[in-house]
Amino acid sequence: MTEPRDDSHDVKTEEINYMTDSRPIAIGENLPGCKKRDPIVVAENVTRSFGGINAVDVEYLEIPRHKITALIGPNGAGKTTLFNLLTGFDTPNSGEWKFEGSNIAGVSSYKVARMGMVRTFQLTKVMGKLTVMENMRLGAANQPGERLSNALFKGIWGGREKEITAQANILLEKFKLDAKKDDYAASLSGGQRKLLEMARSLMVRPKLVMLDEPMAGVNPALTQSLLDHIKNLKAEGMTVLFVEHDMNMVRHIADWVVVMAEGRIVAEGPPGEVMKNPAVIDAYLGAHHDVDLGDAEGIKELEAELEADEESIVGTENAGIIAPEVVVANLEEEDGK
Amino acid sequence: MDFGFIFSSAAGELFSPTTAAYALAALGLAVHFGYSGLLNFGQAGFMAVGAYGFAISTLTFKVPFFVGLLIAVICSVAFAFVLGIPTLRLRADYLAIVTIASAEILRYIVTTNQLTGFTGSANGLAAFEGDFFSMNPFPPGTYAGMNNRDFFIRIVGWGLVVVCCTLVWLLMRSPWGRVLKGIREDENAVRSLGKNVYSYKMQALMIGGVLGALSGMIFTLPRGAVQPSNYGTELTFFLWTCLLLGGMATVLGPVIGAMIFWVVLSLTQSLLYGLIESGAVTWLTTVQAGQLRYILVGVALMLLMIFRPQGVFGNKKELAFA
Repeated sequence: MTEPRDDSHDVKTEEINYMTDSRPIAIGENLPGCKKRDPIVVAENVTRSFGGINAVDVEYLEIPRHKITALIGPNGAGKTTLFNLLTGFDTPNSGEWKFEGSNIAGVSSYKVARMGMVRTFQLTKVMGKLTVMENMRLGAANQPGERLSNALFKGIWGGREKEITAQANILLEKFKLDAKKDDYAASLSGGQRKLLEMARSLMVRPKLVMLDEPMAGVNPALTQSLLDHIKNLKAEGMTVLFVEHDMNMVRHIADWVVVMAEGRIVAEGPPGEVMKNPAVIDAYLGAHHDVDLGDAEGIKELEAELEADEESIVGTENAGIIAPEVVVANLEEEDGK
Repeated sequence: MDFGFIFSSAAGELFSPTTAAYALAALGLAVHFGYSGLLNFGQAGFMAVGAYGFAISTLTFKVPFFVGLLIAVICSVAFAFVLGIPTLRLRADYLAIVTIASAEILRYIVTTNQLTGFTGSANGLAAFEGDFFSMNPFPPGTYAGMNNRDFFIRIVGWGLVVVCCTLVWLLMRSPWGRVLKGIREDENAVRSLGKNVYSYKMQALMIGGVLGALSGMIFTLPRGAVQPSNYGTELTFFLWTCLLLGGMATVLGPVIGAMIFWVVLSLTQSLLYGLIESGAVTWLTTVQAGQLRYILVGVALMLLMIFRPQGVFGNKKELAFA
């Protein structure tokens, strides 16, 4: 791959590195419902009400292609309902939306998935009485043996089955499930099921992956590697849209954040910008949300912030074990190990 | 009591054509419920479709045997299609309600007096098996203690069971079968992976229905008669008993289940009759004993569900009720 000689040619070259592509995502200002340079999903006037309550009322939304978009918002904001609507698992009261330019409003969910828009579920759905490997194989597309007319003849589908198994093995290894591949999925823990579901959705080789709370219940040690996997999906040319409450994850991997509240899109923009938006902080994030307690620097930062805060006991005689001296000393001891 | 007779008659049930018919129909239920999660409580209806489809086309339209067979199969596919259209998009319970009702509707239709010309009403139809037995390659004589006619129907019935079991086994190990098992677990998940769940469920309903229709034919051929009273709801539940006895998501389970069912029925009957005749049991008449054996089958099923819920062959990890 040759480096483009000058920046103005960058747009024309086919070989864009999606990991480092830093061109602006939106056209113009980052306002709710703004147009994107290269949208993969365009939704217009999508509404869904459940008995008088407008669960979803999205006037205009574009999801940028080859980017990781986070959909955040308080509980009941309509994030999952929007997922269901976009993927054909629920029917809206009104609205139209396009995926890669083709209208998919009213298209049944399995056709949406075949077009390359694959989702996972908030309440994990794995096939408990199938093995992990069978779960993975089930995800694969273009298996001729899934047609009844071919099913009896292993000669027709055996070759593809080997390819699928190889693909599944690679994914299972990435998601640290390779040791479990012959176990029944029902024997997996909640977090492992999340991983399996995500890995299975990747078996479809989707263009857009929609993850509903991918990190819920996954242990912190695995979170980091999972974050890397999600980031790498971009390098493989996929687009990711995910719902998540873990703000660190959103900050680490999202290129774009869409904030929903009471069914509407209330803010959009790059994570840094959106998280400084006072409306978003008030409605959802709360103060001190931008401190990552997962690393030592974050804790020191929070201690400093709390010390300055009059309402906090940190910095007074009552601080006890949460006093800065104690916490920082502990951290340094751990670092020393 | 003549234990030799008791055991030989019980052993005779092992390979009787009726057992073969039960095995086939229960195999159909295994395709429906065991592999696809479709609650079909109208398998007796599918059997009736097979039996009547064959008998009516033979008697009224005078078609040759294999055309009659084809008509019976096509009718059962059509029956499955009609039942599936409204119900397969809904939850499993709706299919259960619709199938149990349609099996009864079918039974009442063939019992209608206005249709006596076609269906023979409550008396049913008879004398349609000539074509079949004229194909008998075995000359008259004794084969393993049976006449050539009994032997022929057993060969055909069990041959069909073997062929169908092989086909079902081949289907269920294929990617097609994998999608079905996925649907049994969670159809929305399968849908989210781009599979047309509705069409798979319809295919499974049809295949199980065809097995039911074939079973209906094997059931009526040795009797030489079809009667609506044979296809009541209790037949469906006997088939479910066979399925649960053997194990649901297995190929051999329904076959062994049907064998166990009939052997237990035969053994209990002979033993009870023997006890009554020898005077050891005085508080029971032979009529009551006939009823009691079904009670005993029910008790056996309950014990099995408690102590071995996966059935004889089932895999405990694949328990459908877990």
